[in-house]
Amino acid sequence: MNSPAINPGDGTPGPAPAGEPATRRAIDIVNASLKRRYAQERRFRLLGATAVALGLLFVAVLFLDIVAKGYTAFQQTYIHVPVYFDADTLDPTGERDPQTLANADYMGLVKKSLRQLFPEIKERRKLRELYSLVSVGAGVRLQQMVLDHPSVIGTTRDIWLLAGADVDMLIKGHIDRDAPESDRRIKDSALELVDRMIADGRIEKRFNTGFFTNGTSREPEMAGIAGAVMGSFYTLTLTLLFSFPIGVGAALYLEEFAPKNRWTDLIEVNINNLAAVPSIVFGLLGLAVFINIFGVPRSTPLVGALVLTLMTLPTIIIASRAALKSVPPSIREAALGVGASPLQTQFHHVLPLAMPGMLTGTIIGMAQALGETAPLLMIGMIAFIVDIPSGFTDAATVLPVQIFLWADSPERGFVERTSAAILVLLGFLFLMNLAAVILRRRFERRW
Amino acid sequence: MNTLANEITRDTGTAAISAADLAKGGTFGGTVGDITAADPRMVCREVNVWYGDKHAIKDVSLDIGKNEVVSMIGPSGCGKSTFLRCLNRMNDTIDGCRVTGSIELDGREIYDKGLDPVPLRAQVGMVFQKPNPFPKSIYENIAYGPRIHGLTNSKAELDELVETSLRKAGLWNEVKDRLDQPGTGLSGGQQQRLCIARTIAVSPEVILMDEPCSALDPIATAIIEELIDELRENYSIAIVTHSMQQAARVSQRTAYFHLGDLVEVGETNQIFTNPSHKLTEDYITGRFG
Repeated sequence: MNSPAINPGDGTPGPAPAGEPATRRAIDIVNASLKRRYAQERRFRLLGATAVALGLLFVAVLFLDIVAKGYTAFQQTYIHVPVYFDADTLDPTGERDPQTLANADYMGLVKKSLRQLFPEIKERRKLRELYSLVSVGAGVRLQQMVLDHPSVIGTTRDIWLLAGADVDMLIKGHIDRDAPESDRRIKDSALELVDRMIADGRIEKRFNTGFFTNGTSREPEMAGIAGAVMGSFYTLTLTLLFSFPIGVGAALYLEEFAPKNRWTDLIEVNINNLAAVPSIVFGLLGLAVFINIFGVPRSTPLVGALVLTLMTLPTIIIASRAALKSVPPSIREAALGVGASPLQTQFHHVLPLAMPGMLTGTIIGMAQALGETAPLLMIGMIAFIVDIPSGFTDAATVLPVQIFLWADSPERGFVERTSAAILVLLGFLFLMNLAAVILRRRFERRW
Repeated sequence: MNTLANEITRDTGTAAISAADLAKGGTFGGTVGDITAADPRMVCREVNVWYGDKHAIKDVSLDIGKNEVVSMIGPSGCGKSTFLRCLNRMNDTIDGCRVTGSIELDGREIYDKGLDPVPLRAQVGMVFQKPNPFPKSIYENIAYGPRIHGLTNSKAELDELVETSLRKAGLWNEVKDRLDQPGTGLSGGQQQRLCIARTIAVSPEVILMDEPCSALDPIATAIIEELIDELRENYSIAIVTHSMQQAARVSQRTAYFHLGDLVEVGETNQIFTNPSHKLTEDYITGRFG
């Protein structure tokens, strides 16, 4: 007759044993609500799992799209041509004067070599088509060769010349061979030449080192990210140099030394708000104050770093303050008890313990700064700069701005290069965040 | 000392004091007993401490004698730790804490405007309730104080000072092979002895101990109480303790605090066998606490 006190099977407490007065025990009410509570929790878990799955799906789609568009940029088409380094064209006086050598007509050599490959082509228009298969950058390559090794003058060498953008796109499959001729950039006659060269084994795709060593260019086949990467490097180095000491120092002062009054409250509110200000406003500030009032040279990593410092300071200060707050007060008391001065307590004991949190905040701030475009546009880092910057006051551009500029370009070759540059940028960001995680794990201490 | 501890548990036969009666406060007309010591190291007169508006210590006067152990007992919240922290100006670190009155160390007023609390804290060391070794190596824990004060001239001298301090704290044999291991890797009792060693490494004159054994097991407690007895030969010690038995075991003079007032001071023997004030007697016999 006695019902079990615990329901067999699901473990919930059972109903009151029969025979007891019919007053409702609290446990009966709990049991009745259980089903609804568990159903709610199941729904919530399902929602959460769906949200995570959707998020991952979008990330995967985005990533696959970028990779699909960009992976071809890491290869570049080259054409194998025997080039005769004619001494008469290059060095008429025979003195090997570097100035003369530098100014010689290298494209002429290229054209001559191409004519020798296809001797049957005589008509001017068809010859122009032939010449257009090779990039204008091929001449630069030959010039470099001659300047480095003047001994090649007078010899014939087999050289892999940089193919033009149209051939490059064709070989990579971005130009549809079956489309009608009027819709294609490569006309049928040029197509024929290319096919002949393929049949001869003269066309090959190789790893595109130029992408990593060249600066930007109007010609997509010659364009590279080296200029932008160096610009980003100089800018970020300076940003780190400025923002880390100022941010850590400010956090230390505000947290440990500043008196708690209305002024410090005001400062704290302002710092928290600055973290939410749109970044382009910092660009305007940089333009108005650094460039116009202080006369810092425009479009340089120096002024870029100053602007980015202002932007990342709130992030670093907020993260550093949280790190300082997490150091237990017993450490400070122990240090003070041995007779350490307040400054010694901070630098010898509190700061080393708060350092992991501070470093994490700094790296996150730097990763944010690396991807910033808007403020740097305002201070002029949008200019078309071909030379790779070599100092902090050389005109430069940064990687996100370079991506922005390439995305605007009409040439077909820039589509893949934009995506490839995005992949490089994402790679750097990934590495920086990985460094932040590793640092945090390594320095985590257990009390 | 142990027989004294046994005597504390005698029962007067009356029931415990009710919460309502306790809240009314006892009759208090001034400290009973002799607050002075024969050869005082620290002299405190009319010390008052406020935390904001709360009057935490009311007109307390007490001497800490040379080479003696003074224990401060009383129920929780009566101000013993607050008073202890006044003696090395650790209350300076608390916002809103105000101290008035006079506290002198060897004749010099420590709350003087011009006095730097940093060397004061080297002279008056402190051991805290929860052991708090620096998260550095054992060697570094001891060596930090002497190094910042410039007490030694060479590495060899520093090594020797570290060894001496650890020996005095009774920890040398246990850690001599692992001086470069982190101090936080020791057991609770060892950590507290490490903190004591760290305190005596800077050669203080007075050592303040705030319930040093409350976080430790009985065996570690016994080791530290023996240590306190040995340290008495060279240092003056003021110890706050929750355990009356511990006060009876280690101290020569005992001060009983009650709700911010110093109710009674006297020889430990006398306080625990024949207290003069009724509040003291009620506390000792366990009618409240």
